[in-house]
Amino acid sequence: MFGYVLRRLLGAIPTLFLIITLSFFLMRVAPGGPFDRERALEAKVLENLNRVFHLDRPLWEQYLYYLGNLARGDLGPSFIYRDFSVQQLLGSGLPISIQLGATALLLALLIGSVLGTIAALRQNSWVDYGVTAVATFGITVPNFVVAPLLSLVFGVWLSLLPAGGWGNGGPANMLLPVITLALPQVAVIARLIRGSMIEALRSDHVRTARAYGLPARMVVIVHAMRAACLPVVSYLGPAAAALLTGSVVVETIFGLPGIGRYFVQGALNRDYTLVMGTVIIIAVFVVVFNLVVDLIYAALDPRVRYD
Amino acid sequence: MTDIATNTPEVAAGAPVKGRSLWATAMMRLRRNKAAMASLVILVVYILAGLFGPMISPHHYATVYPDYVRVPASLEAYPREDEIVPQAENVLARTRLDINSIEVDGNTLRVEASSEREIDPRVTRYLDRSDIFSNARITETSADGRSVVMEADVERLRFIFGTDGNGRDLLARILISIRISLMIGALATGVALIIGVAWGATAGFLGGRVDNVMMRVVDILYALPFTFFAILLVVFFGRNVVLMFIAVGAVEWLDMARIVRGQTISLRRREFVQAAEALGVSSGGILRRHIIPNTLGPVIIYMTLLIPKVILLESFLSFLGLGVQEPLTSLGVLISEGARNMRSAPYMLLYPSIALTLLLFALNFLGDGLRDALDPKDR
Repeated sequence: MFGYVLRRLLGAIPTLFLIITLSFFLMRVAPGGPFDRERALEAKVLENLNRVFHLDRPLWEQYLYYLGNLARGDLGPSFIYRDFSVQQLLGSGLPISIQLGATALLLALLIGSVLGTIAALRQNSWVDYGVTAVATFGITVPNFVVAPLLSLVFGVWLSLLPAGGWGNGGPANMLLPVITLALPQVAVIARLIRGSMIEALRSDHVRTARAYGLPARMVVIVHAMRAACLPVVSYLGPAAAALLTGSVVVETIFGLPGIGRYFVQGALNRDYTLVMGTVIIIAVFVVVFNLVVDLIYAALDPRVRYD
Repeated sequence: MTDIATNTPEVAAGAPVKGRSLWATAMMRLRRNKAAMASLVILVVYILAGLFGPMISPHHYATVYPDYVRVPASLEAYPREDEIVPQAENVLARTRLDINSIEVDGNTLRVEASSEREIDPRVTRYLDRSDIFSNARITETSADGRSVVMEADVERLRFIFGTDGNGRDLLARILISIRISLMIGALATGVALIIGVAWGATAGFLGGRVDNVMMRVVDILYALPFTFFAILLVVFFGRNVVLMFIAVGAVEWLDMARIVRGQTISLRRREFVQAAEALGVSSGGILRRHIIPNTLGPVIIYMTLLIPKVILLESFLSFLGLGVQEPLTSLGVLISEGARNMRSAPYMLLYPSIALTLLLFALNFLGDGLRDALDPKDR
């Protein structure tokens, strides 16, 4: 088990290395530079800036320099946010994104699995159709429609909640962003659970459990649920990685200081180091969560073994 | 011995038995699906609106009405009756004439004005300059030229969806953005289709090391954050609409390639492909003639679900300000403008949101319906 985890983590290093290399060169090939302004900087100033940030060296030298710094755990200074290193920026933004994403994920898991289970138990009743309709709605309506509408209704018209802002992470500030993030996940999880639960309820081991005379609630929660969550677990890997690394739409609309914005702003302003930092964080999250998913899978399904 | 055959009327009448093709069955099943048929109707309405809407709409999507900035959506025509006189006073204040009376009679405005000096007949231009009045003319001039009677037609404009922050008709802008969205959906999906099918079929057909390398490329592109990729493509190609469609398509082909590769691998072992190989048909010929046509079923299903995804992606990029450029617009741009103005003009957010949501709903339901109809498993 421990050996398996170690092997998976070591196996991820070449993938990460390729992603880093690819995004480094893609970023540099893109036209424009971090110091392009409406009015060009003075030649001497530009030259000095380029020298400070090592932009005057050949590309391969810059690449090796970046890799060397990275190996020492240094992500470099940000090109646009002056006086900040990329570590500082990500260090202040990431906890906020993780807090929002994790809350949304837990909420979505809870509501989604309850809705999906109820729909599966009452298959083809109006409850089932209602859940399916809600799920379709949640998947179809994009978050950049949901977020401003929520902000408009609850923030502006009803004045119940703040329309935006972080406010040191108070529950009132977090509610609307979390709902926006959770809604599509609730929809997908409810759909997945409904489908697999219907199958699980028909399976042999559930029938056996029923035949033993176990209470219905126990059969559903313990015996059927265990098999029914497998597809959700494999869906959750990439979904969790995406949620925890922030959403640019939600952060822009609600004015939250997460890392989703840095990514888009960095790419638009050619803030090379900042973009590289976010790309690495996202890639690491994807790798780690895929591993976690595989481990949970093994714990839930005794047929799967990693040695 | 022939009683089974004679029981069926067609055979008794001597007509050949007609089998139903896969597509005929699919059509039949689709027709029974009410949600999918309703979606199809909505989609046709959208396509017609996108094609002809901008032509028949009373306002051009780029025409600016400075006097009607952010007027709320309403079925009544602007200007309101009680606004005409104050607006006229406003405009006439610039003429520096003494206004003796302003009357509105139906669609005609009558102004009597006098001045201490002789009045230049060109004063009517002040009225024409406003969006509300047109065709201003002097009907009577006194003998000394110091007092005139002017008449002007009151222009009545309807903005059933209101106007945006620059005074452009929102309905016309929604119509043109529906056209853009549908165009992007079709074009980008087409690009994704071509790249994905060609890549997947080649990888699956050649197999071995080539397959390994080609699919590794797909895996690596998959691992790159998708927004990053889209933004880079936009940065490369500039903000050119057509190039952006192609860029979006170039991002979305990965799933298609995987699906087609899987299909190809299973098709490759089938007898008809081996027969073609034994007859000496070239690899390209087998791919074109035998493999690709047989992968069409799953490809079509995936395509119908890809179109809403692409439209959503375009709206997302436009929302970030990377999409189409002014004065053209798209639903994503309209929604982001609406989100910025939602306190003062909520309708600017509501109408584009409804338009986009309805379109995505229709496309998703239709895609689901097609998948159910084409799935040979649950006949």
